[in-house]
Amino acid sequence: MSVLVFVEGLNGEIKKSSLEAASYGSQVAQQLGTTATAVAIGEVHEEALAKLSEQGIGKVLYDADDRLKQFVADAYVKVIAKAAQQESAKVLVFSNSNIGAAVGAKLAVRLNGSLATNVTSLPKTDGGQFVVTRGVFSGKAFADVNLAADVKIIAVKKNSFEISQNAGNAATVEKLSADLTDADFAAAPKETVMQDTDGGVLLPEAEIVVSGGRGLKGPENWHLVEDLAKALGAATACSKPVSDMDWRPHHEHVGQTGITVSPNLYIAIGISGAIQHLAGVNSSKVIVVINKDPEAPFFKAADYGIVGDAFEVVPKLIEAAKALDK
Amino acid sequence: MKILVCISNVPDTTSKINFTADNKEFDKNGVQYVINPWDEYALTRAIELKEAKGGTVTVLNVGEADAEPNIRKALAIGADDAIRVNAKPVDAFFVAQQIAAVAKENNYDMILMGKESIDYNGSQVHGMVGEILGIPSVVPAFKLDMVDDSTARLEREIEGGKEVVEVKLPFVASAQQPMSEPRIPNMRGIMTARTKPLKVVEPTGAEAKAEYVNYSKPEKKGGVKMIDPENAGELITLLRNEAKVL
Ligand SMILES: Cc1cc2nc3c(=O)[nH]c(=O)nc-3n(C[C@H](O)[C@H](O)[C@H](O)COP(=O)(O)OP(=O)(O)OC[C@H]3O[C@@H](n4cnc5c(N)ncnc54)[C@H](O)[C@@H]3O)c2cc1C
Ligand SMILES: Cc1cc2nc3c(=O)[nH]c(=O)nc-3n(C[C@H](O)[C@H](O)[C@H](O)COP(=O)(O)OP(=O)(O)OC[C@H]3O[C@@H](n4cnc5c(N)ncnc54)[C@H](O)[C@@H]3O)c2cc1C
Repeated sequence: MSVLVFVEGLNGEIKKSSLEAASYGSQVAQQLGTTATAVAIGEVHEEALAKLSEQGIGKVLYDADDRLKQFVADAYVKVIAKAAQQESAKVLVFSNSNIGAAVGAKLAVRLNGSLATNVTSLPKTDGGQFVVTRGVFSGKAFADVNLAADVKIIAVKKNSFEISQNAGNAATVEKLSADLTDADFAAAPKETVMQDTDGGVLLPEAEIVVSGGRGLKGPENWHLVEDLAKALGAATACSKPVSDMDWRPHHEHVGQTGITVSPNLYIAIGISGAIQHLAGVNSSKVIVVINKDPEAPFFKAADYGIVGDAFEVVPKLIEAAKALDK
Repeated sequence: MKILVCISNVPDTTSKINFTADNKEFDKNGVQYVINPWDEYALTRAIELKEAKGGTVTVLNVGEADAEPNIRKALAIGADDAIRVNAKPVDAFFVAQQIAAVAKENNYDMILMGKESIDYNGSQVHGMVGEILGIPSVVPAFKLDMVDDSTARLEREIEGGKEVVEVKLPFVASAQQPMSEPRIPNMRGIMTARTKPLKVVEPTGAEAKAEYVNYSKPEKKGGVKMIDPENAGELITLLRNEAKVL
């Protein structure tokens, strides 16, 4: 019996959300008196894999099949299932990313397991139960769920767990081959297009997010959002009407019908704070609201607020942020 | 083309979320239910494909009789017929097995869902259904077109980018913005929806795999600290020294 963590690579490195999953997985292993192994897929350097020991991982299984550089659900599932079988894993841990959720659902069927996505707590294992807390009702509540099946699959909510930094020996890296066939790649993508982040930070992985709403009047004013983001090392986001009007691309739209973010810091500029917007950002640790209307509902959800004209306030913030020593 | 669209019945996005006194169940009192917003993108895209290429659109809900007003709404928007699997949907695995059982009997060319049900935020029913049926599941997709009669082209979101995927029918996909522009039912739609077939079927004996034992709400925020706009730079200092997030 062991804990198996699925880690995703990107440009040779392990994604931050996967480091969180690895830290989570090794804590679960400790709780259960067993060890944590990782299975890595995608483009990752071996040094990065060996360094997973910092997150408490003893052994890493790596399938270097070139075709796995792109995400193909069936092939990924086969590799992870093989690793789970080899390690007799009873607990599988993923990041709650688009990829993690997609493979988690398929594995739940294949391994006849209990799946919980969007998980925000370590398991409580007293009385033979295995109860985790997960976010439900779009950030408005939490539910405790007992994963009753023999195999438990957990997709950990992003930015909910600290990345642990243990000292010690490097993890051993072993090759794994799942005997993939062409059929496993039948639904392989024809093309993968990565966003040009201009050296900036990707929204789903960001620790700081600067977001703009209709209060910014038009796309020509977005330099305010972008410059503040750059000064803070943040990703940029927007409200739904802003992406509906094509001021900003759709992948930046956060909220009930956009993406959900849970950064350490969310700065909302010229956004009223409609309940559907809050649904996507309400688990951010610190929320700052800048709005010229003191009655804007967003202030009720904020930790810090400035009532003022964004066109006057934001340049002052950019200046102060630039003056920070890093 | 035969398209199945799966819809979940969820609290309206503006609902206050409350639980029963023992925190064991969601309190439905005073809650308005709507078609899951993401599912509307799937539904309208299905109707657009039908309008362009012919075929039928069937909507499916796994739920109790109180979901029927929203099933009728989907018919009013333009689906041809509906199936309700008469069961309390208590977890995603149970729901996925019901959907798969209906799909096995009817040979749909594609099964469309929403990216996520906004009540339980699972994002998993589509992957499960694809796996049970042994067909691809393309999630979450924001573009769906037919290349020819047997192949669809989809664009799906990945962190930091997108992938273009071509799959043979049949397949499962989940929808998100901007796959289509959701429609509001018109008068004629509402009238015809009343007479469109809504078949109620009994569930297959499937088990649930996740047991919901307790609910809680996030801690209330401590209140907002206001900063003088004239002295806005002070905010950055507070974020570093007090909130410690910079
Ligand atoms: C089913 C459904 C799903 C939805 N999903 C989402 C979603 O996922 N995400 C989302 O964001 N919305 C969503 N919405 C829309 C949501 O209800 C709001 O309409 C939207 O969030 C408003 O966007 P906004 O705050 O940018 O614009 P507005 O509400 O127009 O607010 C603009 C704000 O800017 C302020 N302002 C104006 N000028 C200035 C200035 N010079 N300086 C500072 N402040 C200024 C104003 O005081 C105002 O508060 C959804 C709605 C529905 C019905
Ligand atoms: C404890 C508990 C109590 C519940 N009580 C109720 C209730 O009282 N009334 C009620 O209607 N539902 C109820 N549900 C069911 C819930 O609304 C979801 O349908 C189900 O839990 C799947 O949620 P998910 O977040 O995993 O779905 P996701 O995986 O996020 O859903 C993805 C997509 O799958 C499809 N889908 C999901 N659920 C259904 C469904 N039921 N029928 C058809 N297609 C679906 C939709 O297209 C959806 O966009 C309850 C669920 C739980 C766990």
